[in-house]
Amino acid sequence: MSRFYQLDFEKPLTELEQMIDAAEIRLKEEMAAAASAAPGSISPAVMTIQAELDDLRRRHTESLAELYTQLGPWETVRVARHPNRPQTREYLNLICRDFAELHGDRRYGDDPAIVTGFGRIGPVKCLIVGHQKGKETQEKIACHFGCAHPEGYRKALAKMKLAEKFGVPVVTLVDTPGAYPGLGAEQRGQAEAIAVNMLEMSRLRTPIVSIVIGEGGSGGALGIAVADRVAMLQHAWYSVISPEGCAAILWKEANEQTNAAAARALKLTARDNLELGIIDEVIPEPLGAAHRDPRAAADHLQRWIVARLQDLKTIPLDRLLDARYERFRRMGSYAEQASPDGLAQTIAGG
Amino acid sequence: MAQVTTRTWSEVRPARKAAIPEGLWLRCPGCSRMVYRRHLEANLQVCPECEFHFRISAMERAKQLADPDSFQPMFIGLTPTDPLQFKDLKSYKDRLVAEQIKTGQLDAIKAGKMFIKGREAMVCCLDLTFMMGSMGSVVGETITRTIEEATRTGLPLVIVSCSGGARMQESGLSLMQMAKTSAALARYDDAGGLFISVLTDPTTGGVTASFAMLGDVILAEPNALIGFAGPRVIQQTIRQELPEGFQRSEFLLKSGLVDRVVARPQLRSELARLIDYAGK
Repeated sequence: MSRFYQLDFEKPLTELEQMIDAAEIRLKEEMAAAASAAPGSISPAVMTIQAELDDLRRRHTESLAELYTQLGPWETVRVARHPNRPQTREYLNLICRDFAELHGDRRYGDDPAIVTGFGRIGPVKCLIVGHQKGKETQEKIACHFGCAHPEGYRKALAKMKLAEKFGVPVVTLVDTPGAYPGLGAEQRGQAEAIAVNMLEMSRLRTPIVSIVIGEGGSGGALGIAVADRVAMLQHAWYSVISPEGCAAILWKEANEQTNAAAARALKLTARDNLELGIIDEVIPEPLGAAHRDPRAAADHLQRWIVARLQDLKTIPLDRLLDARYERFRRMGSYAEQASPDGLAQTIAGG
Repeated sequence: MAQVTTRTWSEVRPARKAAIPEGLWLRCPGCSRMVYRRHLEANLQVCPECEFHFRISAMERAKQLADPDSFQPMFIGLTPTDPLQFKDLKSYKDRLVAEQIKTGQLDAIKAGKMFIKGREAMVCCLDLTFMMGSMGSVVGETITRTIEEATRTGLPLVIVSCSGGARMQESGLSLMQMAKTSAALARYDDAGGLFISVLTDPTTGGVTASFAMLGDVILAEPNALIGFAGPRVIQQTIRQELPEGFQRSEFLLKSGLVDRVVARPQLRSELARLIDYAGK
């Protein structure tokens, strides 16, 4: 159980977790005492503590289930940012065999905020592209907390072109608060890099699947997420802007209340995005989110990737590309009036 | 004895400002000089003294670009809905109605076919007066239809951008317009179409990070603010003063991000000559 970082809404669990810890220590002590006193026999004290522990664990699981089935949008954002939440490199360790990392965009540099390389996921050879936010302080700083620079997006595209050339499918793992907003990033064409990626991914002649594994922050996310199938992990978020950014602009200030209100308004959870038709599927996470059991989260992820890539492999490329175009073409919500008279009425009628 | 009221200059100044008849003269934000409105209009809303480019509406832009009476608006019936039932301090529905009444437009874009110095072209103009020219479903759909029409007819395509970015009130659906328009441009590119993107003040966010930066040729009006992130966000991130002229057209030209900086009075002839060089 992860103890050193606690989300505030998880506080009801803390007490139970402390009690479980205490019971575990007592159990060990009692067992050691019983073993030295009468080896081989089971002491009644051990049995009592064991029963107590079982009961505590059951109550913990129940509370956890209750808490996580009722997560609000802002709480979801907090879970998606949990420092122990598995990131691209951790998933690569868990689901990818023989990962051959490929570095650099051949133009400016090698952005550690986007990881690229060949690897095998289950039986499938693929090219993997993923945001990396960083775990330790040093890595976080090097990765700019998962905010990629133009060279990151250009590296991603260069490697995806390799995949196209050799007929290897592409898997992208999205986890970014947004593309880096800075001097160098602007000067080297952040907007152009993202735009070109979307254009080229829309016509890349190889299957692409994308999964938002944590944060799906706006253009910085979409810059590697134009795909044939798009999924989100259960507790990830995906939206046009972060709740804080939205709150600062529309509510004039970002605080706990306005952030929560913005998160609700933006419809950024996996289920919301599924309902809006922006993603195709939600990949379930283990009880209490991916950070409680990265192995289980990785298993779900791997099963989804392998299944989807095997489906997509059977579709002829021209049809695949037409379907990919249609997938994005139909997105949006608008009404359409037949005549300009209707237009005048709408404006006049308010 | 009557009481003498002393007034400071700062109290007097706003009053003096207000005394200037509304509409006849206006102060140029570029050089602070008074400009006669008729002269400004004759000069395409560019200050005759200092070449400051005033912001203009989509309809005015279309009129400026088109040969007289040649602009045929298309896709005019598209109306925004409120798919998320978005509500901040004000509901999106109310905001839309207020903006529609204020501008007389359904959303932040005008599109259609026109002749530019005799060359036929498909043209989109974003409209800053409507919710900061932000891109929601209607803007994205209109641009996509225009691109598809240009692909079908083989006409050159001109998009004049000015926008605060993707529209927050349609959240993920606005975001997806970036992918949708970019995908449509990929097909237009495959068909060999010429796309000239014109960036005007200001072009930022999701609009810059999609169709606006995908032009075969990218032109920018002088001194326009063009970027991905807004200057304030950047300043908060890097915590240092931004260099003079950062994110302005001339800076982008120097950085290799746009092809030419073109003043508004020359835009028509510049477009015409590029179409002659590169159009079908």
